Amino acid sequence: METGLEITADYSCLRPFGCEQNLLSRPDGSASFFQGDTTVLAAVYGPADVKVSKEIFDKATVEVILKPKVGLSGVAEKAKEQMIKNTCESVILTALHPRTSITVVLQVIHDAGSLLSCCLNASFVAMMDAGLPMKSSFCGLTCVIGTDGNIVLDPTTKQEKESRAVLIFGIESIAKKVLLLTTKGSCSVEELQRCLAICQKASEKIFQFYRDSLRRKFSKS
Amino acid sequence: MNRPTEGVVHFNLELSPMASPVFEAGRNSELCVKLNQLLERCFRNSKCIDTESLCVVSGEKVWHIRVDIHLLNHDGDIIDAASIAAIAALSHFRRPDASVQGDEVTVYSLEERDPIPLCIHHMPICVSFAFFQQGKYLLVDPTEREERVKDGLLVVAMNKHREICIIQSSGGIMLFKDQVLKCCRIASVKVAEITELIQKALENDIQARKRGEKFGFAESLPDQKITALKMDVTTIDTSDAEDTAREVVEKAEPPMEVNSKPVVWAPGTVQIGEGIENAWGIEDFPSDDEEEEEVIFIDENKMDMANTNGTSTGRNVLEVISLSDSEEEDVMILEPEGTERKEKRPSNINKQKDTPFKESGKKKKTKTKKFHQSW
Repeated sequence: METGLEITADYSCLRPFGCEQNLLSRPDGSASFFQGDTTVLAAVYGPADVKVSKEIFDKATVEVILKPKVGLSGVAEKAKEQMIKNTCESVILTALHPRTSITVVLQVIHDAGSLLSCCLNASFVAMMDAGLPMKSSFCGLTCVIGTDGNIVLDPTTKQEKESRAVLIFGIESIAKKVLLLTTKGSCSVEELQRCLAICQKASEKIFQFYRDSLRRKFSKS
Repeated sequence: MNRPTEGVVHFNLELSPMASPVFEAGRNSELCVKLNQLLERCFRNSKCIDTESLCVVSGEKVWHIRVDIHLLNHDGDIIDAASIAAIAALSHFRRPDASVQGDEVTVYSLEERDPIPLCIHHMPICVSFAFFQQGKYLLVDPTEREERVKDGLLVVAMNKHREICIIQSSGGIMLFKDQVLKCCRIASVKVAEITELIQKALENDIQARKRGEKFGFAESLPDQKITALKMDVTTIDTSDAEDTAREVVEKAEPPMEVNSKPVVWAPGTVQIGEGIENAWGIEDFPSDDEEEEEVIFIDENKMDMANTNGTSTGRNVLEVISLSDSEEEDVMILEPEGTERKEKRPSNINKQKDTPFKESGKKKKTKTKKFHQSW
């Protein structure tokens, strides 16, 4: 069910989102994250054994596998895997676990827009659940620039299709710096900076959500 | 075997690396193949799906249904879970409506006409039994640990009408007839329960859709668990975004001037840039017959390759340094006199730093070598 969100000039909205942690028994950490109707399930194994061909002598090897809902993995999945891997690698303290492997497996349960940012959020919560040491938190946010120039945060599939440009940001929590930026379509430099400013504001809500969910998980009542 | 009046239903069970650390991303594991075959036999041979209703134009157009089953967590008894998931998904699925008028086939989109469900005759569900101590102990629905130490496995696929779809016994265990019958009786009880559960879940889904409520995986997230948290629509105050953006753009440095004039060599071949200056510091080798001796040192401290040209002696003969004491060593000079030495200019100077010489950092004199890149 896709609800149309009213965007005024001063307010953007994030769709309802949530997560559940530790839902799988085998992986070291697992989480399911949903944003609107887009749902992604993430599982983390690590630090674990690594094949000699893939081992790095002073760092952990981070590997990301993204499985689509239907069919076999293709080039689009591989591209997303690389982006998620680079984001995770810049945050995980890989030097603490040399010659090990950290594997993040993502399963797309439903894609209703903003898939890559949902994957980033799910993998972060799963890594948190697995207890991996990280420099900071990170979150993923998507925003689109419509044909009339207005910016919509956390778009649905329909909004993504009808837009002029889609921008996906990966933002870290300490100084709200950009870990990942990938765009589709064309936009001006000012528009890019506006989207970035909006996403940095929105990321604060997601970081607060992470803190709340963790507090709730470890609460005694 | 494709018949002209039957549609195709394809099952694909994927053992995701999420399910267990032993599963790898490639598909070829033996277990995966075995499970896929079992699933296919269970659903195809039992004819639970009416494939003739999937035919649109006989011999030309049929519906192809694809069932993708992703294993999320492996704690034993994969085949049971997979069969339940598959039959529930097939019962839940709705396909687009299509009509044939003469030679023309019109497929209606989901907005034009309501999609129609598949024709499913019955719901086969697999139940697994693990045997221990030569059939003395029997476990229904074994967990992963129990599976690992079992002696034998019996899989019974049944529907709620107590019809056996498939029976498969593996593991080299011999069972008595009454043991097998006992398993079938247990299976029929289990299958009846599970079929009812599936029917109830499908009913709930239909009701939720009728009432306009939310449905799907996101909705099934439990509210009351402490490991789960939900947030409603959150508004973000973006009133100062424009100002922040304008500040950033104003403070930013202007982009660098890019000086690149493409040079067209031929239709379809363009060169941009000049490449890097050769930084090896080697003078051009004379292209006459003079050959030079080169001695390559590998320093213990530095990994740099220091090239010292031996004095150009103007010899026409290669001087061979014999490193071994053996008198029987026959040294063959492969290059006859007078041929030019071919020098390949290193195309990427930056590779100089990591020398490929994997020998230990001892000082070594090598024989007069051709100076070429080995990578």
